[in-house]
Amino acid sequence: MADLAAPSTGLAGTVPRAGTPEQREARIAWLLAAPALLLVLVFIILPVAAVIGLGFTDFELGYADFRFVGLENYAELFDDRTFQRSLWNTAVYAGIVTPVSIFMALGLAMLIEAEGIGRSFFRTAYFLPVASLLVAMATVWQYLFHPSIGPINAMLATFGIPGPNWLGASSTVLYSLSIIGVWQSVGFNLVLFLAGLTAIPRELYAAAEVDGAKSGWDRFRLVTWPMLGPTTLFVTTISIINSVKVFETVKTLTEGGPNKASEVLLFTIYQEGFVYLRVGYASAMTVVFLAILVVLMFLQYRVQDRQVHYS
Amino acid sequence: MSALSLRNIEKSFGGNHILKGVTLDAGPGEFIALVGPSGCGKSTLLRILAGLETADSGDILIAGRDMTAAHAADRNIAMVFQSYALYPHLTAAQNIAVPLVMRRLTRARRLPFLGRMMPGQRKAVADIHRDVRDMAASLKIDHLLDRKPGQMSGGQRQRVALARAMVRRPSIFLMDEPLSNLDANLRVHARGEIVDLHRRAGVPTLYVTHDQAEALSMADRVAVMIGGSLLQLASPQVIYEDPQHVEVAKFIGQPRINLIASQVEDGATVALGGTRCRLVDRAAAAGSAVTLGIRPEFVSVSRQGNEGLPARIERLEFLGSEVIVYCRLDAIGETMVAKVTPAEGADLSPGVPVRLTADARHIFVFSKDGSRLAAAPLSSIVTREALHG
Amino acid sequence: MTSASFTPGRVARLSILGLGALVFLAPYIFMVSTAGKAQSDIFTSSLSLIPQQWFYVQNFAKALSRVSMGRLLMNGVVVCALILVFQVVIAIPCAYAMAKLKFRAARALMVLVMLGLLVPIHATALPLYVAFDRAGALNSYVALVAPFTISVFGIFLFLQFFRAMPDDLIHAARLDGMSEPGIIARVIVPNAWPAVTAFSIFSVVAHWNDLYWPLIVVSNQAYATPPLGLLYFRAAEAGDDYGALMAATLIITFPLVAAFLLAQKRFVEGITMTGLKG
Repeated sequence: MADLAAPSTGLAGTVPRAGTPEQREARIAWLLAAPALLLVLVFIILPVAAVIGLGFTDFELGYADFRFVGLENYAELFDDRTFQRSLWNTAVYAGIVTPVSIFMALGLAMLIEAEGIGRSFFRTAYFLPVASLLVAMATVWQYLFHPSIGPINAMLATFGIPGPNWLGASSTVLYSLSIIGVWQSVGFNLVLFLAGLTAIPRELYAAAEVDGAKSGWDRFRLVTWPMLGPTTLFVTTISIINSVKVFETVKTLTEGGPNKASEVLLFTIYQEGFVYLRVGYASAMTVVFLAILVVLMFLQYRVQDRQVHYS
Repeated sequence: MSALSLRNIEKSFGGNHILKGVTLDAGPGEFIALVGPSGCGKSTLLRILAGLETADSGDILIAGRDMTAAHAADRNIAMVFQSYALYPHLTAAQNIAVPLVMRRLTRARRLPFLGRMMPGQRKAVADIHRDVRDMAASLKIDHLLDRKPGQMSGGQRQRVALARAMVRRPSIFLMDEPLSNLDANLRVHARGEIVDLHRRAGVPTLYVTHDQAEALSMADRVAVMIGGSLLQLASPQVIYEDPQHVEVAKFIGQPRINLIASQVEDGATVALGGTRCRLVDRAAAAGSAVTLGIRPEFVSVSRQGNEGLPARIERLEFLGSEVIVYCRLDAIGETMVAKVTPAEGADLSPGVPVRLTADARHIFVFSKDGSRLAAAPLSSIVTREALHG
Repeated sequence: MTSASFTPGRVARLSILGLGALVFLAPYIFMVSTAGKAQSDIFTSSLSLIPQQWFYVQNFAKALSRVSMGRLLMNGVVVCALILVFQVVIAIPCAYAMAKLKFRAARALMVLVMLGLLVPIHATALPLYVAFDRAGALNSYVALVAPFTISVFGIFLFLQFFRAMPDDLIHAARLDGMSEPGIIARVIVPNAWPAVTAFSIFSVVAHWNDLYWPLIVVSNQAYATPPLGLLYFRAAEAGDDYGALMAATLIITFPLVAAFLLAQKRFVEGITMTGLKG
């Protein structure tokens, strides 16, 4: 922290007024950016470099020496049933949560936007899960999903339907987690869609009507959907990334079980790296995780570039 | 000693030569308007003078001291920005006080709370309050002092910006199109006020505008900048009546000066219809291309006779005290504009064939590179002799 | 508004919205209800919302006795506050320099920021853990706070906001005699409150809820943050004592939910702004 203190006292004191104004400006800019730059290097750039480097080693915490193993970790990943299972589960989870939460949010946002009363009540109700501690709310969901004393199965029983063992059976656990995921993320998407909808000029709808878009669906296709393009793209990327990062509910409720049916990427990395302390191997997994994020961002930029007419 | 002098200021932005060696001197208490079309470099010049940008080369002297490398805050220059740049989170009074607080109170005194315990603080703060109130009173904005910029009208903001600039008695006063955000009525009123303030304060002022009416009506001298060069610096009257460059003639004057491409004839004469001028000192060879300029008020329109350039009226603009007549010349198909009195314009209407005559005393001759060539009218008798001879 | 204006379409709309809201709020309703039920009550009548015997006091007492809830909440506040202060104090000058000052590294810094936006704590956790372990700094506030002192998202958000501020305002401040740090303190920050508020809400929500990093660096209850504490509580409460468990979740969820309900307009604005800028 001593390094950080030095530039900041330099700022508080007099900045020496030497050199051309450009040089002065550049020097001040450097001083102002230095703490951030230093921390970016220490906490982001170096660790990422270290992760990539460690991915080529057999480093384990607790053992002093380690050696370079080249692509051995990646070869092992290729045959690792748990890791494959975990990738697949993550994909399934994201494949459910992303579209459901987006379309549910879009539908609700349009209903709220069209409705005059209760606007802020509905917004609050759907947004509440975003502001709630997920670990805590997961615990509540565990109770709701409880096979014997849980309210959901009790309700199903009143209709004569035998409820499943939601979080306890390998056939349903991923879907149960997805329900929690959707519940947790709809509010965030909804608020963004609401902002997007409010930003659409009223005249466009009037123009669409004058131009002959009679049904609500026509107006949606002609105005709402294209105008929401940038919002939808952003919401989609963020939703996919957030679902790929699913961890809290898995750690709290299932620990990857039963029978690895809910092993997801971050949980597997956590287990390998911080429970079994196989840092080298977990680093290789992390590199795969990072690669997925990079690809997702790259896809977003590509799509964004093509949507020039929206901006 | 001049209050301000700029020597050979050069500036390029990524290959764009914005300022091409601008030199300018301002006397004590002088009001100079820097006028030119947008993108001519006038705002850049102002910013370089203020220390907000740096020139690639050239010197800046303020009251005889070299300020080329000085920090903006050390130049003792005040500036009114086009957007006024008032601090949105401060009241009018606080806005006006900022330059005083920054200059009169030391860094320690400016500390919140602690500063209040410094000896002499009460006196210093009271002085600032007094100066702010005096300034506000002289600009008649006392009633606005507790308002924030968001609660004021454009005209009120402009006055607060003026007050903030003037309160610390700067050695030079810069204004960057300070009236362009006001509506037309207010703008004319504000012109008079700024000129008044300038007379009272006596601080040399550099006023940037793209509005020639503002420049001509307010300034002691007008500097016309076009394409990064200062083409002429002179009193408004000289700028209008004796432009030294075709671009100056083109830019100043409403409606625009008529420019007709022509050639120097034998005997170093030029002709516009029947009107002829001779180039003094035979400045250009026969056959070389020149541009002839004649302001609309020196073109007369006549429905009779066969002297002058034959033309046809295209359009008339009635402006109350005068009528602008747009004619198309039969010979070359170019438009020529005349300004006539309503009485003269009474029997004119679109489509009517007319003869246009230029007043030889007011024909400007410009060479191919745009510079002015001295010329004197030839008497019409001489002209006729020349024609028959 | 008369009942006549309730067209069938509108009734359908309101029913869907109402039903949806009920489903979304159901977990909260059951949480509050179950926190007041006795164990026997929970096992027999899970669908009745009103407890047969009021067991709130007993359940809350149990929740408070197993894990030091006060300690957890205090840790949460300290960690979130420290993170926020560091993030803002470090990000604002950097964003200002990048947005308003000319220096050659600005473009390179922008690339760093864009790259940084891609990298979540999950990707850097392994080497950071090794480093903190080597430094003997695990189980400390330093370990909880340090990796988050830099928020590239914060830099990005402030950068966008500062870019929209007029250059003339800063030029005027320079002519008025302010230094660059003075401009930040006296002109930029007072006019950047919407961005600072939005970022604060974003940051606090993110770090109050974060489980991953605290789980890695903290193994000692003394430094547990709320999510981690709840995990300990669940581990200690091996059985199905949902009454006490719900009481504990209620206590832990309450602060942020209450803050949200009190300032929901700011919350929603903040999330919208951070969302759309990011």
